[in-house]
Amino acid sequence: MSTSDRSVIIDSLGVGLATGTYGVSFGAISTASGLSIVQTCLISLLVFTGASQFAFVGIVAAGGNPFAGATTAVLLGSRNLFYGVSMAPKLDLDPAARLATAHFVIDESTAMGVTRETRRQARLGFYWTGISIFVLWNLTTLIGALAGNAIGDPRTYGLDAAVGAAFLGLLWPRLASWRGRLVAFVGAAVALGLVPISSAGLPIIVGGGTAVLLGMAWRRTDSS
Amino acid sequence: MTALWGGITVMVVGCFALKYAGLSVPQSVLDHPLTVRAVELIPAGLLGALISVQVFADGSSIQVDARLLALGVAAVLLSLRVPFLPMVFAAALVAALARQF
Repeated sequence: MSTSDRSVIIDSLGVGLATGTYGVSFGAISTASGLSIVQTCLISLLVFTGASQFAFVGIVAAGGNPFAGATTAVLLGSRNLFYGVSMAPKLDLDPAARLATAHFVIDESTAMGVTRETRRQARLGFYWTGISIFVLWNLTTLIGALAGNAIGDPRTYGLDAAVGAAFLGLLWPRLASWRGRLVAFVGAAVALGLVPISSAGLPIIVGGGTAVLLGMAWRRTDSS
Repeated sequence: MTALWGGITVMVVGCFALKYAGLSVPQSVLDHPLTVRAVELIPAGLLGALISVQVFADGSSIQVDARLLALGVAAVLLSLRVPFLPMVFAAALVAALARQF
């Protein structure tokens, strides 16, 4: 194995370690929100895309319809579609391998794979990052789930406030641009306006959708 | 709790389908500039909405409480480049402490 191969693997494991441990906060928030340990662990095992998972349990915890939660989660997961498109030529997989690989298409594995010069290093970065996060994410979800289940009322420990902080942490890199800030702000404002007049879950989908449409319109006038 | 399992199933199938479709469709299918723009903006819009509902909503009423304080602490820590997990932990701690008084 060459030195540069080794450094790709070490970098990937570093990202895996840093990201995989977030599973603790997901597990704790999920069981404290009223999901069972089995449900919590199954979500990490089978959904395996952090922002979507946090969104689902956040909406369910607020008393929202689980299907509104699922819709929001799937919309948030739409970025994985485009990660897949950009990784596909680098990975060059047959249909069976695609089925086994798809689960690992997430933010971090794509970031660590897509920038590599050679196909070999793209694969190394993608799989080492994706699989190390997968293993840790599920392990730490279980630990967090057991802890969240044991502590009783989540409000006593500020776990309800932790959800907002977790969303802000996920949003933060997207606030670097003016467009990102505008869209996030409009989404927040519209959603808040809808809270008193609609059921939980709906304000998020309508708020987010309105913000995206406005952001696209603003971009068009911007470039013309 | 069947609705909860139903929601989980929809989320599992939907999220996997998106990942699998990405690896399978030819690049040209998704090359339309409008599609690309929409997908770039969706996370910011939804996360903004999720934050405001999570922080201010209490059922169908709007409340300003320890959650907003915790969000402020999170913003300060993020701007100081504090990593995700300690940031979330500190925000929870601040909310928990604020509720003691």
